[in-house]
Amino acid sequence: MGRLRFLARRLAMLLATLLVSSFIIFSALYLAPGNPIAVLSGGRTLPPESVKVLEERYHLDKPFLEQYAIWLGGAVHGDLGISIALRQNVSSLIAARIWTTAALVLYASIIIVLIGVGIGLLAGLRPGLLDTSAVVATSFSAAIPSFVAAILLILLFSVRLGWFPVLGNGTGLWGTAYHLTLPAFALAISALGIVARVTRASVREELQREHVQTAVSRGIPYAKLIRRHVLRNAAIPITTITGITIASLIAIAAVVERAFGLNGLGAYLVGAANSKDFAVVQGISLVLVTAFVVVNVIVDILYAVLDPRVSLESKAE
Amino acid sequence: MTDDRPLLEIEALTVQLPVEGSPRAVLRDVALSIQPGEALGLVGESGSGKSMTARAVDRLLPAGADVAGSIRFDGKDVLALKGADFRAYRDDVAMIFQDPRAHINPVRRIGDFMTEALRTNSGVSRSEASGLAVALLEDVGIPDGGRRLHQYPHELSGGLLQRVMIATALLTEPRLLLADEPTTALDVTTQAEVMAILDDLRREFGLTLLFITHDLELAAAVCDRTAVMYAGQIVEIRASTLLHGDPLHPYTAALAAARPDIDATAHRLTAIAGQPLSAFEAPEGECAFAPRCPHARERCRTEAPVLQTIDGGVVRCLRAEELRGRLEVAAHG
Amino acid sequence: MSAVAVAAESAKRRGLIALIRGTGAAGIASAIVIAIALFIAIFGPFIASDANLSRLSLSYVGPAPGHLLGFDGQGRDVMARILVGARTSMLGPLLVVAICMSVGTVLAISSAWRRGAYDTVVSSGLDVLFAFPAILLAILAATVFGAGLIAAVLALAVAYTPYVARVLRGAALRERGQQYVDALSVQGLSSVSICLRHLIPNMAPLIVAQATILFGYAMVDLAAISFLGLGVQPPNPDWGVMVAENQSGLIQGYPTSALAAGVCIVIVVVAFNILGERLYEQAQRERR
Repeated sequence: MGRLRFLARRLAMLLATLLVSSFIIFSALYLAPGNPIAVLSGGRTLPPESVKVLEERYHLDKPFLEQYAIWLGGAVHGDLGISIALRQNVSSLIAARIWTTAALVLYASIIIVLIGVGIGLLAGLRPGLLDTSAVVATSFSAAIPSFVAAILLILLFSVRLGWFPVLGNGTGLWGTAYHLTLPAFALAISALGIVARVTRASVREELQREHVQTAVSRGIPYAKLIRRHVLRNAAIPITTITGITIASLIAIAAVVERAFGLNGLGAYLVGAANSKDFAVVQGISLVLVTAFVVVNVIVDILYAVLDPRVSLESKAE
Repeated sequence: MTDDRPLLEIEALTVQLPVEGSPRAVLRDVALSIQPGEALGLVGESGSGKSMTARAVDRLLPAGADVAGSIRFDGKDVLALKGADFRAYRDDVAMIFQDPRAHINPVRRIGDFMTEALRTNSGVSRSEASGLAVALLEDVGIPDGGRRLHQYPHELSGGLLQRVMIATALLTEPRLLLADEPTTALDVTTQAEVMAILDDLRREFGLTLLFITHDLELAAAVCDRTAVMYAGQIVEIRASTLLHGDPLHPYTAALAAARPDIDATAHRLTAIAGQPLSAFEAPEGECAFAPRCPHARERCRTEAPVLQTIDGGVVRCLRAEELRGRLEVAAHG
Repeated sequence: MSAVAVAAESAKRRGLIALIRGTGAAGIASAIVIAIALFIAIFGPFIASDANLSRLSLSYVGPAPGHLLGFDGQGRDVMARILVGARTSMLGPLLVVAICMSVGTVLAISSAWRRGAYDTVVSSGLDVLFAFPAILLAILAATVFGAGLIAAVLALAVAYTPYVARVLRGAALRERGQQYVDALSVQGLSSVSICLRHLIPNMAPLIVAQATILFGYAMVDLAAISFLGLGVQPPNPDWGVMVAENQSGLIQGYPTSALAAGVCIVIVVVAFNILGERLYEQAQRERR
């Protein structure tokens, strides 16, 4: 009961956040200096009739709030307006690119979970040389920005070794995975360091807990003790940091897409920002914010699922 | 002869723990024994080594601990136990910890906590283990055990959790119960209730008990004999009934004279002049209590006392014979 | 009692040097690296030769006396560009941190102090900002105001403020509950002077730690924005710009310019991360 209410409250907050965010995105670009008609006309002076036609087509003649309502209403139905630069539907432009970004973030997430959490668990459970080297390595990898990681990976694996392509998306599942390998590692490397460090610290902290000592004293075998009392409890902070970190990749993907010439949402957003294609910037921003917020809500829900102490009304006597 | 054999026998137990690289003594030459079915109190201030003694018996000392001496349980060398024998020993010895809130995994249900050891180590089915758990919860005064098993620790009060801890300890039918200040973390009224339950169950199940507390009067009320520790050493072991009126060691006399409230530790500490000493601070070759002892003489500072038997008790004091019968008066004067 | 509480409270205060000294060898080493980077940021442009002087005949020519790192694709001295680029690369994050720390501290302390409706409004406002990743906010800012360092700095400051405010609000609430605050109010000090002269100095270790950690983040994010072409504009040297403009050279096998800039970023960020972490641990330890 408490859980359902928690879920409902969280979803209501999600919708409210999205509503306010959409307003910020829309109004920021509405207030931007520069006349959309000038962008449309490419700087030429248009006859008043043409201006009127354009204004009507893009709802520029309506008051601000009505324009926002039209845009939001369309967005809810999957219509994000028309790209001024390409004269195409923003939704279909996004649809053509979203899978590249989604695949890139997903690939990076898998790397983070397998390698980041993996290193953290090993280092946390096995003090000694392995642990020390993991701590040093991860504090460096956590400080490597994605674009620096990108040039290092390109230099080593594409230019020097020739194992991976430098640019492009690739075709088919295998081709895509192959082309996305270096970008995914570039995207993951800093997050991987952060996740590994938090994982290690959480495992260490749980190992010190008194309740683990109780389990030892009751003769619970080591493997079971680690699984049921150390990892199960450490899973709470590990899930949270992994989720938050993965959410942050959604925006950083833009950098990696640019570095590797990938045809994804982020790279397109940067291009649209440069050419002042407002409808595209609005549309992609809304999609990215939604994805970011939804992942964060999922993290919150996972937290509540994993930790019985969260959110439920206290029933202590 | 075999009937007289103690269930637990500790001899010359010395433990050192590494602190910042160098070893520090926490126990020095501890010796005590408990007969089957007996309750022994272990009393001392914090840092005296009473909890460490229980941890050593339960083999819960931190990694890197240097242990010398012997601990025998039912004739077996505890420190040398391995494999199946060690697991059997874990079943035979159960520990009740001071802070149940910290010592019970907060993300697992009460039922899981209670039955985990039974299911894991004795292969008892989940439903059978749950049935046993409900019955034991009834014994510790929790009537709605079936419901409790599905709750999480944060849904129970500290007093209830400690009863759960006691019921859980009894579930594996141990022969020796180690209770490490089981009521210190509870409020005063709950303390009395939990203590009464523990005392009743011990008698009902015929359990052997090592009861650790900082409270001399509480130990005397629950236990047949009481051992007093100071600076990592046993300074006196004596029948609880005699301890208060007829102490053998000046420290025991001072503890008894301070007449503590059930929970007012600070009050008693100020009643004995000087600071309590931790084991690692204790000097070699002299009596550790001498700086605080009203009866200390020159030789107390040049000669280390050994345990000696007087009037059916054991005492570690150079002047024990001379001070016979004078201690209670002296403590009051 | 109150005099004791107030005296005990001011005894905890220490200067920046003492804070850094308490962080151990790794912390001090990091602080030295940061000091060197700051020195270069200030004096680099005076030491270096012309960073934008392009001599195409020297394109991708290797190290030479007086030109330790050789030349980039346009025949510009890489070492000179690193030295000059240090200024924007360090100044940008400094501005971001200065803005978000001041705004965040004011919001945190005022909402912890006044609580009630004001606190609710501030908290919900900040909650909405949590929905915007820093890079996305910077891209939006570049779209609205045009690409440049100022837009990027403002965007990052806005994006970081909720994080600062959340951490500091908790600390301010804890500090508010301390005995000395009551003692000072009883003595008739105004809220503002209690906050300025007692609360903030006591929270200083945490504020310094937070600022140090955020500097590293800001450096990475600003360089990323410049890399995207939305921050510092070429030909101005900036470490992020240097990585971006060397992409073609990289593929041809001349990575020096991008590598040098990348290494500079990583070294400075590692130093800020380590020092920030140590300062944070120290602040946590002292609170107990």
